[in-house]
Amino acid sequence: MGVAKARGVVLPVDNSPTCGQARAIAERVLDPELPVLTLADLGVLRDVREDGGRVTVTITPTYSGCPALDEMRADLHRALRDAGYERVEIRTALTPTWTTDWISADGRRKLAEHGIAPPQHKAGPVTLNLTPPVTRVRCPRCGSARTTELSRFSSTACKALRRCEDCSEPFEHVKEI
Amino acid sequence: MSFDNAYDAITDASDDKHWAFGTGFDDPLSGVDRAVPAGVSTADLTAYCLMLADDALVLSQRLTEWCSRAPELEEDVALANIALDLLGQARLLLTRAGEVEGRGRDEDALAYLRDEHEFRNVRLVEIDCGPGPGGDFAVTIARLLVFSTWRLAVFERLVASKDPVLAAIAAKGVKELAYHRDHAAQWTLRLAGGTEFSRERMVAGMARVWPLYDELFTTHEVERSLPDVAVPPSDVRAEVDEVLDQVFTAAALDRPDVAPMSAVAGKSGRDGVHTEAMGFLLAEMQHLARSLPGAKW
Repeated sequence: MGVAKARGVVLPVDNSPTCGQARAIAERVLDPELPVLTLADLGVLRDVREDGGRVTVTITPTYSGCPALDEMRADLHRALRDAGYERVEIRTALTPTWTTDWISADGRRKLAEHGIAPPQHKAGPVTLNLTPPVTRVRCPRCGSARTTELSRFSSTACKALRRCEDCSEPFEHVKEI
Repeated sequence: MSFDNAYDAITDASDDKHWAFGTGFDDPLSGVDRAVPAGVSTADLTAYCLMLADDALVLSQRLTEWCSRAPELEEDVALANIALDLLGQARLLLTRAGEVEGRGRDEDALAYLRDEHEFRNVRLVEIDCGPGPGGDFAVTIARLLVFSTWRLAVFERLVASKDPVLAAIAAKGVKELAYHRDHAAQWTLRLAGGTEFSRERMVAGMARVWPLYDELFTTHEVERSLPDVAVPPSDVRAEVDEVLDQVFTAAALDRPDVAPMSAVAGKSGRDGVHTEAMGFLLAEMQHLARSLPGAKW
């Protein structure tokens, strides 16, 4: 495991030269709940190792109960099997803990293009908030900073629902953790 | 993936069968040193993992009862998502318990095939806070505020546990619980500062859960026998008191003045002695898994 720095995002990456095709295939698999992102964009793909005909892929859950994890495993299995790899093992690493900081710059751009406000960097989860929350999230459609949180939890645990006060459109925001 | 429609994806000729109950992760705890730390009793560590797991599992079950019954659609979604986070924590902790115990019990066996006296959750999480005649939304919010404030304080310390698996589970859980606590605090403020009626409900809700507050901070002998592994809950009392007092002050609520619910011959939830709500809860939660053992879909 080496650590590569790319566009300000620190992602543990396996630099082993034996990793060829399998890594490229695994990186292209889409996230089942945010299908505008690949698993690599989302930062959940931690390691891909090829050893002869055997591939071991390590992914990490975003949230402890993320139901998409099973779909990711099945999708990775399928993509690698379709590419001719017969022995595929998907491991689920519990640590280090996933953070939205691992969403790549490309991933952030793709989220915004698809109307989902990307998480801020290094923000971390909210602390106890006993005053009206400060608006920091810009509308991904019109760019307005006047947005309101409608619900802290949205269609998935990782997103909040917000509305833009200028263009009136609702949009989702990937919460910082 | 590469399917043109959802139907193709569902009917994809894959040999991946899913468990109907858990989802059969092969190695949910990988990437962590899973050896039991030297000098730690496996019986005590198993019991401790079950305590933390059962708190999350039982409250998760209670929160899902609100799905489609909450005051607004957004809240259905919020409570279901909070329940999902807790279920995720429970699954990892149950898996760890089964692994340390070494009798071949997995998360499903521990969740669905144990009887009431084997559950080690605190009584706060099992009482019926609604929907229905058992309570209402304000009671549920009161419980969520107390529970998530307490569990967050415990998990923040558990991150330094000598058991690397518990430390890793806690590191993940801390981020989730911070959102749960904030959500419950926001609702507490909103209900207490809303109409006369909502305020009355919030006051009553807090009074309803408060008798079970003291039990949260009673350090059990299992916790005492796991120094540097377990977090003695008596250590977090001052912090939890302080956080809740901040919320009470902001919401202009008084700390409830009600007597604690007594233990039964010195025993309570952590010893497997539960309130009468627990049997009904387990009957609903375990019914399917016990009727159709090993079912797959």
